[in-house]
Amino acid sequence: MGVAGAVEQVDVEDLACRRSGRLIFEGLSFRVRAGEALAVTGRNGAGKSTLLAALAGQLRPDRGRIRAEGLGDAPLTEHLHLVAHRDALKASLTAGENLAFARDLLGAHRLGPREALDRVGLAHADRIPVGYLSAGQRRRVALARLLVAHRPLWLLDEPTSALDAGSQATLAALMREHLAGGGLLIAATHQAIGIEARELRIERPKASPQEQPSPPDEAP
Amino acid sequence: MRAFLALLSRDLKLAARVGGSGWLGLVFFLMIVTLVPFALGPDLNLLARIGPAILWIAAVLATLIGLDRLFQADEEDGSLDLLRTAPVPLELVVLAKVTAHWLTTGLPLALAAPVFGLLVALSPEGMAAMVATLLVGTPALTFIGAVGAALTASLRRGGLILAILVLPLMIPTLIFGVSAANAAMGGTIPFATPFLVLCALSLIAAVIGIVGAAAALRWSE
Repeated sequence: MGVAGAVEQVDVEDLACRRSGRLIFEGLSFRVRAGEALAVTGRNGAGKSTLLAALAGQLRPDRGRIRAEGLGDAPLTEHLHLVAHRDALKASLTAGENLAFARDLLGAHRLGPREALDRVGLAHADRIPVGYLSAGQRRRVALARLLVAHRPLWLLDEPTSALDAGSQATLAALMREHLAGGGLLIAATHQAIGIEARELRIERPKASPQEQPSPPDEAP
Repeated sequence: MRAFLALLSRDLKLAARVGGSGWLGLVFFLMIVTLVPFALGPDLNLLARIGPAILWIAAVLATLIGLDRLFQADEEDGSLDLLRTAPVPLELVVLAKVTAHWLTTGLPLALAAPVFGLLVALSPEGMAAMVATLLVGTPALTFIGAVGAALTASLRRGGLILAILVLPLMIPTLIFGVSAANAAMGGTIPFATPFLVLCALSLIAAVIGIVGAAAALRWSE
């Protein structure tokens, strides 16, 4: 159970997604290899979070395919971490308890909750209920979840939001470490995330029935 | 298995903390049971005769407490997305959450039934029968409720819709629960007949509840 395979690459071909019947984007194709980071950019509402939801298996794509190589038996959802706007932290549990739960739930253990909190500079918050933490601190606890279980693909939605400069540097270091270890990273973002990343810009689909060409910044 | 236990113990912890619904069901149960004697007057014979029915209706209503938050709370804060990335099927996630809900709602109700039975002048056999029927019957209520909770997880005011959805489905459990308790207190049918039907209802509800709730959660993606 929970044996983390090595995801070698993630291929997305001609992806189109709908939410409540509305076409969010279409004709999206890209490829991310192990050790690579992809920064997904675009206007508000362009579909950055929708793309991450589709990759995380929460949303069935309208068209197109998401393929991953090197998975083994388990589906892609069991090889990824998703840190989204909704941070999946329980306000009445302490930061340590939240992380211990995530660690036991996700399997493939890496750091202990205390060490993970220490890495994001929140060692003192171990016994504080998450409800008492600030927005930036909560985000750091959510990011610490990346460290308690080993998952090769990280999906981060606006990872730097609410983080101060120091924490952004810490996050960049964590992401670099993850990539150096052969991990994959896809981040939806407005601002620079502090690491070298290929950019994928999602454009709004035209109202015309014609197919949109896929964005120019394809895999090299 | 480890993921299952982690989720179970997290939900039990949440129920015990501030804002959890740990003891709410029990207090609500007590409220309803106390209201009835006030409404009916101090007629002990009448109370003893309808006692099992009162306790069962109270149990059905008390089970609804907290049921609307069963999946909704996790849907709102994104925990459900986290649970979907766990290396366990959604069915096991549902089973863990339902078990935690039953341990904090159904089980205390069953164990407290003798105490509340005093309020409606139940005989000792009646109390024993109430504990037994609630013990095997309340899981059916929780499992049926879980399907409704999964269907209404993403609705803002899902609580009322949930009650309307699941209460009709709880009627069979109510019928056989009450008739088993009545049989134990001296009826024309043997206790075992309705009691075994009640056990069967719980087992059926367990299968349908787990599969149905997991399907509803997948569908709502």
